[in-house]
Amino acid sequence: MSDKHPPKHADGGHGTTPSGRHHHTTPAEEETAAVVSVDTAGGAMEPSAVPATAQSGQLPGGPDTLLRRIFTGSGMVSVLAVLLALIIGGLLIASTDQRVATTAGYFLARPTDFLAAVWDAATRSYIALFQGSVFNPRGNSVAAQFAPFMETLTIATPLITAGLGVALAFRAGLFNIGAQGQIIVAGIFAAWVGFALHLPFGLHLLLVLVAGIAGGALWGGLVGVLKARTGAHEVILTIMFNYIALYFLRYLLNTPAFQRPGESNPISPILDPTAVYPQILGTQYRLHLGFILAIAATVLVWWLLNRSTVGFEFRAVGANPKAAQTAGINVSRSTILVMAIAGGLAGMSGVAQVAGTEKVLTDGVAATYGFDAITVALLGRSTPWGTFAAGLLFGAFRAGAVQMQIQTGTPIDIVLVVQSLIVLFIAAPPLVRAIFGMNPRRKKPARAAKSRQAATTGGAA
Amino acid sequence: MSTTVSSPRPGTPRHAGAPDNPAAMSAKPVSWKTPVLLAAFALIALVFFGFLAPNRNASFGISTGEDFFQLPALDINAFAGGIVLSALLVGLAAYSIYLKTKGRPAPGWLTVTFIVLFVAAFLIWVVGGARTPSISLAGLIAGSVTLAVPLVFGSLSGVLCERVGVVNIAIEGQLLGGAFTAAIVASMTQNPFIGLLAAAVAGALVSMVLALFSIKYLVNQIIVGVVLNVLVSGVTGFLFSTVMQEDSDRYNSPPGLDAIEIPVLSSIPIIGPILFRQTLVGYLMYIAVLVVWVGLFKTRWGLRVRAVGEHPQAADTLGINVNATRFWNVTLGGAVAGIGGSFFTLVAIDSFTKEISGGRGFIALAALIFGRWNPIGAFFAALLFGFADNLQSIVTIIGTPVPSQFMAMLPYLVTVLAVAGLVGKSRGPAASGIPYVKG
Repeated sequence: MSDKHPPKHADGGHGTTPSGRHHHTTPAEEETAAVVSVDTAGGAMEPSAVPATAQSGQLPGGPDTLLRRIFTGSGMVSVLAVLLALIIGGLLIASTDQRVATTAGYFLARPTDFLAAVWDAATRSYIALFQGSVFNPRGNSVAAQFAPFMETLTIATPLITAGLGVALAFRAGLFNIGAQGQIIVAGIFAAWVGFALHLPFGLHLLLVLVAGIAGGALWGGLVGVLKARTGAHEVILTIMFNYIALYFLRYLLNTPAFQRPGESNPISPILDPTAVYPQILGTQYRLHLGFILAIAATVLVWWLLNRSTVGFEFRAVGANPKAAQTAGINVSRSTILVMAIAGGLAGMSGVAQVAGTEKVLTDGVAATYGFDAITVALLGRSTPWGTFAAGLLFGAFRAGAVQMQIQTGTPIDIVLVVQSLIVLFIAAPPLVRAIFGMNPRRKKPARAAKSRQAATTGGAA
Repeated sequence: MSTTVSSPRPGTPRHAGAPDNPAAMSAKPVSWKTPVLLAAFALIALVFFGFLAPNRNASFGISTGEDFFQLPALDINAFAGGIVLSALLVGLAAYSIYLKTKGRPAPGWLTVTFIVLFVAAFLIWVVGGARTPSISLAGLIAGSVTLAVPLVFGSLSGVLCERVGVVNIAIEGQLLGGAFTAAIVASMTQNPFIGLLAAAVAGALVSMVLALFSIKYLVNQIIVGVVLNVLVSGVTGFLFSTVMQEDSDRYNSPPGLDAIEIPVLSSIPIIGPILFRQTLVGYLMYIAVLVVWVGLFKTRWGLRVRAVGEHPQAADTLGINVNATRFWNVTLGGAVAGIGGSFFTLVAIDSFTKEISGGRGFIALAALIFGRWNPIGAFFAALLFGFADNLQSIVTIIGTPVPSQFMAMLPYLVTVLAVAGLVGKSRGPAASGIPYVKG
């Protein structure tokens, strides 16, 4: 869409986007821009570095009918991508099922048996997944029935905030693979404040939060500084920083300052009761204040990206760093700032882990949240609310997978498969459309690809 | 990944006096980074490995019982050795500063010699300060080579992909896929060689997905790589839990590849075990490094590959099919990494477990960058990282004050320094990471 409109202002350069143009426009235009921005979830129209190829939601040229937009738009592709991933995951589950193997033996004699077994194996697992993540009809009380959903929200909390960090960096054209390390460093900072200092209620928790965010921001910002000063690629830097953080944590957990007294395992003391997030819906659920903060963070990132000058600069740098530089934006400052904020957001996940869910620091503090955050951000097309929704979905997968493994014996790893397939398919809409036989115009993809090339190379080069 | 280090980026504070004219950029002055860094490390060596070294002997065993002539163990006074080596380091650093004042960059041999001497000084210091100040140098080096095998294959895969313009973050996935397939196929056929072949095929398949998505669908290569790692981890983990654990005798007990000793030569001290007492995968590693190096730099194929990676438009103009070249090169890279993956299940451990590659794909990526996208460079970088890995376990055994976690951290720290341009210039193929759309 932004390709169609000529840039209105010289200072906007290539990166001018409808939602970013509001700085210089009339209120009416601003409103339209806002609607468009929300409507298309922003991501579909930003020439951001990341879901560049996922942007073929809009067909270049020609009027889009509403119907076509629904069926070929990015929303539909997302739904179909999830569906496709679930189908493939189901086939994988079925392929290792005992009864499927047995019925396959007499497939030619009675194929219905085989197909029924396949259907049964896949649906049984998915029903267990659903019951473990959203609603369990066998619960004794309403509270128990909704317990899985609360668990989903709990697990989604670190995914959302870390995902926001990754998404924000994506929008500025940076690949922040380092959420894992940022969570770890934040966890170290937050946990230390939580168990080593003894402060009154309220102040203590606030300090834990601030320390965690500062830790994450430091670790992320360091990558930003190195990238801005030396031009080193942030992907390599963040991957290496993840490992450095992990080994540093392992070292710390073996030092007297961090190891729980009288404990030979690498585990920290339990955080003070004044330092942990209160459980917001009563003690029967693990859901804690971190979730509310995750919602707040989502709003904040939305505001930052779509309504603030800094966010506009981020997106301009993401769209075309050279143009942004020419337009007078300080790209170095932008890079450092965006990595620091991204690190701070990932830091919130670290706090959610040590002060919310776990209440101690171990070397598994980040679990795989940092890596999952990348898929969350990609699924959410690097938009704040998209990331929020994707975080909920993957939180549900994670929560449900535990139940699924208990009930049906399907290993948790299937979630990784489904998760990564979703992201792969979402990143390649032409593939999804081809599979579902709805490639609307044969001639167009080439053109779309060409116009997209600039966006793809913009941030990743 | 165009980790262009010394070319000025927008926003980077330019060196004083550098004109804003792009044409003049190529003649920019030699950076102070390397001399300053060398000087800093030389000082660290002088203080810690020299002055603060314990005044006792560090003993390095050179010969093993199998060698045909025995060399006495090398006994070095840690204090004296540290002083001598760090004095040499200081000299090298001073020389690089001298060169800088003359406007010349530090030559490659200087950095390499510096690294070797620094590692030696560090080793003497570590062993000298240990509870039992004695290690087998032969064992240390042989172990390093063994641990480096998957790293070398992984980084060769990276070289093959990046030289043709595709960033391969999926090395980890290719190693893991290779390890899994080698285990399951070798178990079912009871033949490790078929397992090895299958591992190559599995690595190639993972790579084909990378190639398909990044070349045909123009999905960002880094995204595909990251996601593929998760996908392979999920699929292998799933099949491990469902298939392998159900019947591990049948599916997860691969026959290992035995070491093949070359008579006489394998009994040479130190060199023998490294070069002539390897498994098939180990020999393949040496062959692969040489073949990839010769292929890339001495053949027509290699010239084409590098052209595609540096300037696809130019290559296209000359009639090279850019995307086909990329596709097959990436596939080949995957096969190479797959063979490396088989090392885990056919040589190192005789069964598959979840996440058996344990992040070594990323160290391989680091080796690729530290080795400056050159097969030989990547080989030595992988050896260095294998050495750090091996030293980490030895340090734990002989009991030194250095926490083993810091040893484990070393490859990553070194890589950060390398990509930040602090250890010389490291620049990847120009078109790496950029999809090519004709026209």
